[in-house]
Amino acid sequence: MTETRFSKDHEWVRLDGDVATVGITDHAQSALGDVVFVELPEAGRHVDAGEACAVVESVKAASDVYAPLSGTMTEANGALADEPGMVNAQAESGAWFFRMTLDDRAAFDALLTADDYQAFLATL
Amino acid sequence: MADQALQTVPLDALHRSLGARMVDFAGYDMPVQYDGIIAEHLHCRAQASLFDVSHMGQAVLEGPDAAAALERVVTGDIRGLKPGRQRYTLLMNAQGGIVDDLMVANLGDRLLLVLNAGRKIVDVAHIRAHLPATVSLTPHFDRALIALQGPEAGAVLAALAPDAAAMRFMDARETSVSGIAVTITRSGYTGEDGFEIGLPAAEAETLARALLADPRVKPAGLGARDSLRLEAGLPLYGNDIDETRDPISAGLGFAIGKTRKMGWDFLGGDAVRAVHDAGPGERLVGLRAEGRAPVRAGAELRDAAGQPAGRVTSGTFGPSVNGPIALGYVRADCAADGSTLTAGLRGRDIGMIVAPLPFVPHRYHR
Repeated sequence: MTETRFSKDHEWVRLDGDVATVGITDHAQSALGDVVFVELPEAGRHVDAGEACAVVESVKAASDVYAPLSGTMTEANGALADEPGMVNAQAESGAWFFRMTLDDRAAFDALLTADDYQAFLATL
Repeated sequence: MADQALQTVPLDALHRSLGARMVDFAGYDMPVQYDGIIAEHLHCRAQASLFDVSHMGQAVLEGPDAAAALERVVTGDIRGLKPGRQRYTLLMNAQGGIVDDLMVANLGDRLLLVLNAGRKIVDVAHIRAHLPATVSLTPHFDRALIALQGPEAGAVLAALAPDAAAMRFMDARETSVSGIAVTITRSGYTGEDGFEIGLPAAEAETLARALLADPRVKPAGLGARDSLRLEAGLPLYGNDIDETRDPISAGLGFAIGKTRKMGWDFLGGDAVRAVHDAGPGERLVGLRAEGRAPVRAGAELRDAAGQPAGRVTSGTFGPSVNGPIALGYVRADCAADGSTLTAGLRGRDIGMIVAPLPFVPHRYHR
């Protein structure tokens, strides 16, 4: 079964078995504005939770994307290199950034649920 | 300014009703975008866009020999500026640095100055310090300024102000639009044909709504204004020029009037002449970055040997160019078109090529 959780850094994480797929939320893409470039991590790289591991460039500015959980990168979404505007159009579906295997499956459950994330957004 | 309340522009309510995202710019709460910077940018190049630039400072210089008085502190030939014409010029300090870049229009009985928002207070004090008692400079910072820019701007404005259609690039006149008394110049900051319209704050929303009622016109924010001006190769004060940069190094030698280059008799003129004669050590140039990642202001540039070669002062993604573009100061020996440099970006070297300006051809109505 798959389940989607969220981070306070505005990433979504979908867990399929032991592989987590990560992207940025619709709120994040809206705040960034038109995305013109995405820099993604190499497969095989190990990252700690909270570590900057990707960059989103909008017309105005560059923004880091942080690893929501500790783990090892397995795949990056190459389609974003050719079509970075996908991040604006399909932030929470086709425009996933990277996939990773998690060091600690239990850490996933500590992320925000969809309801928790919506409540968090309301406080911003 | 952080501890001061943001000032609002006369069209504040209109911007909010149009869904603008507002940001602090030079102490003003300004619209940075409505639908999105790329869409607004491309619309301006294709049709016509309305920009609120009321944060900029309008001021009137009047008195006998006002033009000669202004020439003491600016580089341009102001005495030779005919009634009904406007000119881009540079306000100078004693060291040959640029205090501001501004527009000066001859309205017949007085000169109209348009000053950058972040410099207008400094500018007024600086100009006043060099004026004779018979010439006065009066700020009208409460006036609104609306820019209508794009290839359809002339046709749009002609429907509301038939005499605007006869204006050429850099013409200036006082007239009425929809019954509102305005000053109009045929100029702008996008590289496109267009107008800047100065008018009383109380009338600004009426005029803006009249322009927006034309289906060819959409609002555009400061984000698109920045990417449009950068594609047009136009410098931004505070980024690309400042009090430490002279007109020659900045590639703005054209803003020094021919007659002024005989006497160099403006504030800082001797210093500028020395740079002119010896050649600048650095020049402001256009830069194209390889790949898709924008290289932004502050990025250090290196030459082929890895030696420091300069620094990027403005950089973004050019929507019409469809690639990353920048302006930067580079060592004079690296400043020729086609010179190859590198910029450091997140630990990698990005190839940069010195490119002719503008990146997108100007389409002024000459």
